[in-house]
Amino acid sequence: MIATESLSKRFPRVTALDRLSVDVGPGVTGLVGANGAGKSTLIKILLGLSPATEGRAEVLGLDVATKGAAIRERVGYMPEHDCLPPDVSATEFVVHMARMSGLPPAAARERTADTLRHVGLYEERYRPIGGYSTGMKQRVKLAQALVHDPQLVFLDEPTNGLDPVGRDEMLGLIRRIHTDFGISVLVTSHLLGELERTCDHVVVVDGGKLLRSSSTTDFTQTTTTLAIEVTDTDDHPDGTRAVRDALHARGVDVLDGSGGLPGAGHILLLTAQGDETYDLVRDVVADLGLGLVRMEQRRHHISEVFTDTEQGSEQSTEAQRKEAVGHGG
Amino acid sequence: MAVEQPMRTPVTQSGDQTRIHNIGYRTYDGPRLGRSYATRSLYSQSLRGAYGLGRSVKSKVLPMLLFVVMCVPAAIMVAVAVATKANDLPLDYTRYAIVMQAVISLYIASQAPQSVSRDLRFKTVPLYFSRPIETADYVRAKFAALASALFILTAAPLLVLYVGALLAKLDFADQTKGFAQGLVSVALLSLLFAGIGLVIASVTPRRGFGIAAVIAVLTISYGAVSTLQAIAEVQNSSGAIAWIGLFSPVTLIDGVQSAFLGATSAFPGGVGPTNGEGAVYVLVTLGLIAAGYGLLMRRYKKVGL
Repeated sequence: MIATESLSKRFPRVTALDRLSVDVGPGVTGLVGANGAGKSTLIKILLGLSPATEGRAEVLGLDVATKGAAIRERVGYMPEHDCLPPDVSATEFVVHMARMSGLPPAAARERTADTLRHVGLYEERYRPIGGYSTGMKQRVKLAQALVHDPQLVFLDEPTNGLDPVGRDEMLGLIRRIHTDFGISVLVTSHLLGELERTCDHVVVVDGGKLLRSSSTTDFTQTTTTLAIEVTDTDDHPDGTRAVRDALHARGVDVLDGSGGLPGAGHILLLTAQGDETYDLVRDVVADLGLGLVRMEQRRHHISEVFTDTEQGSEQSTEAQRKEAVGHGG
Repeated sequence: MAVEQPMRTPVTQSGDQTRIHNIGYRTYDGPRLGRSYATRSLYSQSLRGAYGLGRSVKSKVLPMLLFVVMCVPAAIMVAVAVATKANDLPLDYTRYAIVMQAVISLYIASQAPQSVSRDLRFKTVPLYFSRPIETADYVRAKFAALASALFILTAAPLLVLYVGALLAKLDFADQTKGFAQGLVSVALLSLLFAGIGLVIASVTPRRGFGIAAVIAVLTISYGAVSTLQAIAEVQNSSGAIAWIGLFSPVTLIDGVQSAFLGATSAFPGGVGPTNGEGAVYVLVTLGLIAAGYGLLMRRYKKVGL
């Protein structure tokens, strides 16, 4: 679907992309990176709107430098920012955008009705967009990217500003774009946890460089982190410490899940080696007579991926970058 | 682990009238008409938008009102000409737009920002440029749409005058010539005003600023030029009058049409530019239209995504 070869983009003061080579196949692909990692720049280049400083890129087998218009006819783009005029209805707006993609008037109307229904907008679609909730606006933005039945869509931060329920619905919708509609997706986010639930493949970029590109199962299969929270009792005024000591006595290393945040000191993180670990935790907590408030799987956050990679590769250790990543996580 | 409940299969009630068909996602295999079609669609949408069509009722009020205000005096003149059995219309075709310039300025000031500032303010522009059309297509469609809207506004009253004149059985050849000259003049005026209006409006995403700026540029330049011309007239330096007229859009059009389109000049003293000066007027007018287009192109190269 997408292939880039040592793609670079330099602005007078910043290097947005630094010799990025990545291959993206069909399916849902997540593009993860902190703010300013070069995600939006990459999308602009892939749409043929901004020339790369060096290197080359292909989308759907078409060269971005020469076949920009042909690419833009066959891909959809949902920007990160607001892009909807408030004084027209969703239907009018999406019909207009469909015609802008080259659909004849009748087809544009038909496809608009279909697409708005698929993204979950029903009677509201005849009302002016100005009165919509953030979730509904995101759906309109998604609909305009899908209305011309592209082969590939670029979704730039589609879950931005949504509440947890809205986020889940949007992620479900993104999944359906591939499974039900047969359209490949490139979706960006700065939250890895969110993307690994949705994507088949995740590409992590930072500072314009490729940090990692692998299928999502690789990310989750390496290790599973278990988060535990217990109650305190009269016998054990500090239940968390008691569990940590007891687990330590049985040879299980426990990480402190605090991360410097207030209140988080009550959460213990440990690496699950399999079902035995769950049993062990259960037994330990029961023996101590504590209540188990939570025991859940923690998936990796983007910061962990960055830390892992940094430990693995010693070549990229700019102090400034580390700091940026720390804040990004 | 909870015991898994056997999944209940949905009961299909055969024989019921109500049934939901999930037709699922349908792919589109029809034609994709590409860039020029998209540009034309943008043109027609912008042209309709300039009269509030396809927009809210509120946004139809002003353009429609101005259109009526533009046409009513023409209708009255026709009525007077028919009733008094006059030999000629009370006003030349070419003079009409000059006399009604306040209405035209108001129209361009309200509709130029509507056409481009909204796309900038609500950041709709990236959605256009992520589609097959290019910067040039967008600029051309918007420019052409606003110029056409202005042409409709300025040519409609001329049409009223012309039809009225023929009904009043005025000389056909004479009237047709005047009408044609009037049309050429308002076509030039439409292009020039559309260019000026769009360039100013495309700089600001705020519609209010756009409206104020367009009105200011059109009225202040006209006010300053006619004041200076009046002073020149009093001081008997009538040679300067024509050159001063180059500095405002309305007097520019006035100069062009009095030099080449048989119009009587509205300049003080009624003396328009000579043929040589008139050529300069035409060059400046065309140059300004081209500059407007060029500036818009430059502006939108930067907006991009």
